[in-house]
Amino acid sequence: MPLFDSLYNFAHWLTHNREEAEDLVQETYGKALKGFPSFQPGTNFRAWMFRILRNTFLTSRTGLKSGMTISLDSEEGESVIPTTTETPESLLIERSNQQMVQEAIEELPVIFREVLLLCDVEEMSYQEIAETISIPIGTVMSRLARARNALRQGLTKKLQGV
Amino acid sequence: MACDSWRSKIAAYADAELSAEEMRAMGEHLRGCASCTSDLLNCVQLKRAIQSAGKRFMPSLALRERVEKGLPARKKPVLVWSWIPKLAATVAVVVIVVLLLHAWSSLEQGQTIAELADLHVATLASANPVDVISTDRHTVKPWFQGRIPFTFNLPELANTPFALEGGRVFYLAQTPGAQLIFKIGNHRISVFIFQNRPERRFTTSNSRSRRLTFNVETWTEDDLRYFVIGDANADDIHKLSELLKIAARP
Repeated sequence: MPLFDSLYNFAHWLTHNREEAEDLVQETYGKALKGFPSFQPGTNFRAWMFRILRNTFLTSRTGLKSGMTISLDSEEGESVIPTTTETPESLLIERSNQQMVQEAIEELPVIFREVLLLCDVEEMSYQEIAETISIPIGTVMSRLARARNALRQGLTKKLQGV
Repeated sequence: MACDSWRSKIAAYADAELSAEEMRAMGEHLRGCASCTSDLLNCVQLKRAIQSAGKRFMPSLALRERVEKGLPARKKPVLVWSWIPKLAATVAVVVIVVLLLHAWSSLEQGQTIAELADLHVATLASANPVDVISTDRHTVKPWFQGRIPFTFNLPELANTPFALEGGRVFYLAQTPGAQLIFKIGNHRISVFIFQNRPERRFTTSNSRSRRLTFNVETWTEDDLRYFVIGDANADDIHKLSELLKIAARP
């Protein structure tokens, strides 16, 4: 089954729960099979599958509780220059272990978590992410910048023991 | 351009999202700017940390079986003959058989590409994508000796944008072949090599196509069939294919 492992990993990150992730993946394949006649050949199959999974998550109980909204009024046209922190990034990453990074990703708002996972784990292009989440490419870029800044701040707090 | 303007493009550069011209210009700037280079290094380190931490959850075999069981079995098509006169029916049968024989070859090739696309995706999602990890072709090629019933040559990649990451044995129709993983930018490309068998027909000896989100190029060289498949752009797939063809020639 194409994309099975990637979809499950993404589902688990969204739901924080193994059983819900399993149900989400099963429902995604069911919907994909049912909706396959509407899939346009030549378009991005991976983005299509991830979009089904994400939309299914959004309408689930966990998805509705997760609050997939942040202050969006400043997203369009926002500067993407990264903020500087006191701790040099290389030192931050060296001191952070994988568990710390995982915890910091988990603690991000889901709207930031998903763009980081799609970009850096699934290695989707900005265009693919835009298709998956149904937002403009400019918003993908600004949201990624905010997500990365939020992750840096989360890691810094953990290192400082806050 | 002021440094702040370059700095605003660092994330897109690390994500390989700038145009070719911008990538070149950014590369030039980085060669002379320690501050932006440091920011780029930080950005890449963070990406790698996220990538490593993010590949965390693996599905159980039970889930895979449950989902596969939920997929319906294929139904056989039902042919309706009642309205066709007898002679026309005979002609129709002959035409259909000829078309089916041609379509079967296309279908086999399509099915092979689909299987290899799935293998490519599964490999990339795996925690251990390769069995021999090396960028050196002189390490990777000998590793396959005794594991597959043929040999092949790998190209010299110095002064090319490609890097070899390693290889593994894969199975297609229960026969072993070689899968090699190459990298260009943020994209990974699988090269599948296996022995060409008479019973496994392909419509063309050489072809380039697009399958789902992947670009594919395939050809036959000295009884070996090559499939190059990945989400890199078609030009890069073709360039790697040309390097492999040159390496294969005596």
